[in-house]
Amino acid sequence: MLRYTFKRILSLVISLAVASLVIFTVIEIAPGDPASFMLGINAQPETLAALRTELGLDASKVERYVTWVTGMLTGDFGTSYTYRTPVADMVAQRIWVSLPLALYALTLSTVIAFPAGIFAAARRGRAGDIGVMGATQLGVAIPNFWFAMMLVLLFAIKLRWFAAGGFVGWDKGVWAGLHSLTLPAIALALPQAAILARVMRSALLDVLGEDFMRTARAKGLTARQALWRHGLRNAMIPVLTIIGLQFSFLLAGGIIIEQVFYLPGLGRLIFQSISARDLIVVESVTMLLVFAVIFVNFCVDLAYAAVDPRLRARA
Amino acid sequence: MIRNLLLGGILCAIFIGAALLSFVWTPFDHAALDIPGRFQTPDAEHLLGTDHFGRDILSLLMVGARTSLAVALVAVGIGMCIGIPLGLWAAARRGSLVDEIIMRGNDLVFAFPSLVIAILITAVFGAGAINAIIAIGIFNIPVFARITRGAALSLWEREFILAARVAGKSAARISVEHILPNVTNLLIVQGTIQFSLGILAEAGLSYVGLGAQPPTPSWGRMLADAQTMVSIAPHLALMPGFAIILTVLGLNLMGDGLRDYLDPRLRVART
Repeated sequence: MLRYTFKRILSLVISLAVASLVIFTVIEIAPGDPASFMLGINAQPETLAALRTELGLDASKVERYVTWVTGMLTGDFGTSYTYRTPVADMVAQRIWVSLPLALYALTLSTVIAFPAGIFAAARRGRAGDIGVMGATQLGVAIPNFWFAMMLVLLFAIKLRWFAAGGFVGWDKGVWAGLHSLTLPAIALALPQAAILARVMRSALLDVLGEDFMRTARAKGLTARQALWRHGLRNAMIPVLTIIGLQFSFLLAGGIIIEQVFYLPGLGRLIFQSISARDLIVVESVTMLLVFAVIFVNFCVDLAYAAVDPRLRARA
Repeated sequence: MIRNLLLGGILCAIFIGAALLSFVWTPFDHAALDIPGRFQTPDAEHLLGTDHFGRDILSLLMVGARTSLAVALVAVGIGMCIGIPLGLWAAARRGSLVDEIIMRGNDLVFAFPSLVIAILITAVFGAGAINAIIAIGIFNIPVFARITRGAALSLWEREFILAARVAGKSAARISVEHILPNVTNLLIVQGTIQFSLGILAEAGLSYVGLGAQPPTPSWGRMLADAQTMVSIAPHLALMPGFAIILTVLGLNLMGDGLRDYLDPRLRVART
């Protein structure tokens, strides 16, 4: 286990290093100088030079990369060009929208997908299975931002149960906060639930064909008992992988949904920063999201290896 | 499930047919403004109604299908043209440093939140169809590389490949002449899936204004325009939405159907 953990940590570090280089390079070759963008075309050359020095733009590329990476490691994400506030503070504010939203959507997706997948697997080939599978086909095909618009039309405009957008803030209470995240969470959860239900079903079907399931039936368990006691537990590995992947996807993938609902989350922060040419914010927040994705995958890998010794041996 | 294949095929044919037909004929000029006749609900003249400028929605959808088709097709093309050779190469040199580098590179691309990077690329290099294609295409590369390598690895163990090696063929020739034809089915199926994901991604990017730029019609753009008017004219949002859903559904059904049709072993395993 120690050897395996060490190998995973090494590949984690390499991935992060390469990712940071890629992001830095993309931002570097972006046209437009942030300093001249901030000051406008009529700026005096001296003012421009002074601002470039202040922002650290006149250092060499290597120096800037090193400063950025060491800063990120110590929790200093740089200072926003437009707001003149530390990026870390902006992130800290926004993450309390994006993170709960991702968790909320993940919970919804799991709550919908588990029963649906189990139901379909238990009724393989029958009407119930075909119905659920048809619904998941539809769920995968619906663009979540379109679904979001339809939710707004129905629940916000026609029924007036929810606000059409915006976030009230957690200081109004947990329920009010969750209430304003409900429509976005549903919109995000729909395609994820469809995918998860399909994975759940096929994982269960794979397990149902195993010898130990036949043994369970032979020793007198009913089909239902065998499914709940032995089937589900063994089907969890692929399902947990997908849940891990979905969490990181939801964290970063809310970007369009945050746009639809005007939610002040990380995705919207990236978006606003791109249009304001606030590249340091774009750079740091993108890196943070990539880190979240890579780190979640790393944890999932370790969790597996802890559960399943065969995986350790193979690696 | 021949039914899936048929239904998917029909939906795809409608989509591709509409896109091609739009080059020679649309019910109305898609760009023609008719302000007095705006927000018309579907009727016999305008089958799907008119938008906020009085443009015929059916015509806009047909021309928009061109954009979706072109972006998704080229993006899948990029993924295949780079991903398949990489996958074949990795499999031919399995276990070597090259293999390791290619696979780690794949993992790395997978780890990037694709939407964020696509938005980053289009935002940094300018919004437009070409950059949308590149952004979507990059994320197709590891998909094809991985699937090609996986399938090729097991083929390399087979006897007919051994025979080819004994006959003195180089690894590169074996890859092209014997491995590639045997993974084509798999790649076609994956291609349809990536194609449908490409259409969704293109719609998402153009919805946030980073895809094809006006005046080029695109489905995502139509949805973005419809958003503020969704309460007074829901059909503006409904029609492009249905177009996206039916197309993606068609492609996915066709992918599923093709997989079952092309691989009889799966048909047995799944029943």
